[in-house]
Amino acid sequence: MAGLHALANPAKFVRLTDALIPWCAGLAALAIAAGLYLGLIEAPADYQQGETVRIMFVHVPSAWLALGLYTGMALASASGLIWRHPVADLLAKAMAPIGAGFTLIALITGSLWGKPMWGAWWVWDARLTSVLVLFFLYLGYMAIWQAYDDPTRGARAAAILALVGFINVPIVKFSVDWWNTLHQPASVVKAGGPAIHPSILTPLLIMALGFFAFAALVVMIRAQGEIAERRLSALRLAEARSETP
Amino acid sequence: MSEFFAMGGYAGFVWSAYGATALVMVGLLIWSWRSRKAAEAALQQLEEARRGP
Repeated sequence: MAGLHALANPAKFVRLTDALIPWCAGLAALAIAAGLYLGLIEAPADYQQGETVRIMFVHVPSAWLALGLYTGMALASASGLIWRHPVADLLAKAMAPIGAGFTLIALITGSLWGKPMWGAWWVWDARLTSVLVLFFLYLGYMAIWQAYDDPTRGARAAAILALVGFINVPIVKFSVDWWNTLHQPASVVKAGGPAIHPSILTPLLIMALGFFAFAALVVMIRAQGEIAERRLSALRLAEARSETP
Repeated sequence: MSEFFAMGGYAGFVWSAYGATALVMVGLLIWSWRSRKAAEAALQQLEEARRGP
């Protein structure tokens, strides 16, 4: 826990992320390159879905990140509310657009996969609808930050939305079990282990590793930007106060 | 090679999916990089002005 609390210090956070950024960038580049090669060239076409199965290698990691980043955002928001760590709030703020981006990728690639396999770009089944709700939760979270002039109050309101909206995360995850969905049930993260052949599972997991490293990289860059932004507005406020008699 | 690009007749779907993914990811990276750079530049300028004469 002491390690986590040290991260509440912005200078320490910047130093740590400065050290991590090149490693994440290298890992992301290598794993995504390997994932593209294995997924597009080495992996066989599916016997039922043909070549469209290759959409899975970008669709599934994006969907995992859509949920993972929301979970991270909710955890950071909770620690921001509990311990009042400004870095936790800024970290949550930094995660939101990245999570929204990966949710959008999951929706677009899912649509491009649904059309040839289901015959429809979109259906209002529980999985698709709950992921659309996830996308709007990200947008709402970002809009709240924009709506407040006082960043402390904005952070608080946004954190409350992030926590209330977290209820949607298990709904997305278990929607395919709780309701009859056109979307297929889980085939990797499930009891009894993955139900996918290694020739498809390996590229999927390598691509997911690359996407996770990429997301970590961009979140750290954004968080550093947010810290600089916060310091900038604090300094400007101090200037304005010293100028007015 | 053309067989690879044809993707068994699903080229439009497969390549659009990969293209959209790349577009969003590269867009997020560039946007985040630029906003950090802008904030750091403005901060540096302000700090230098404060230290000033």
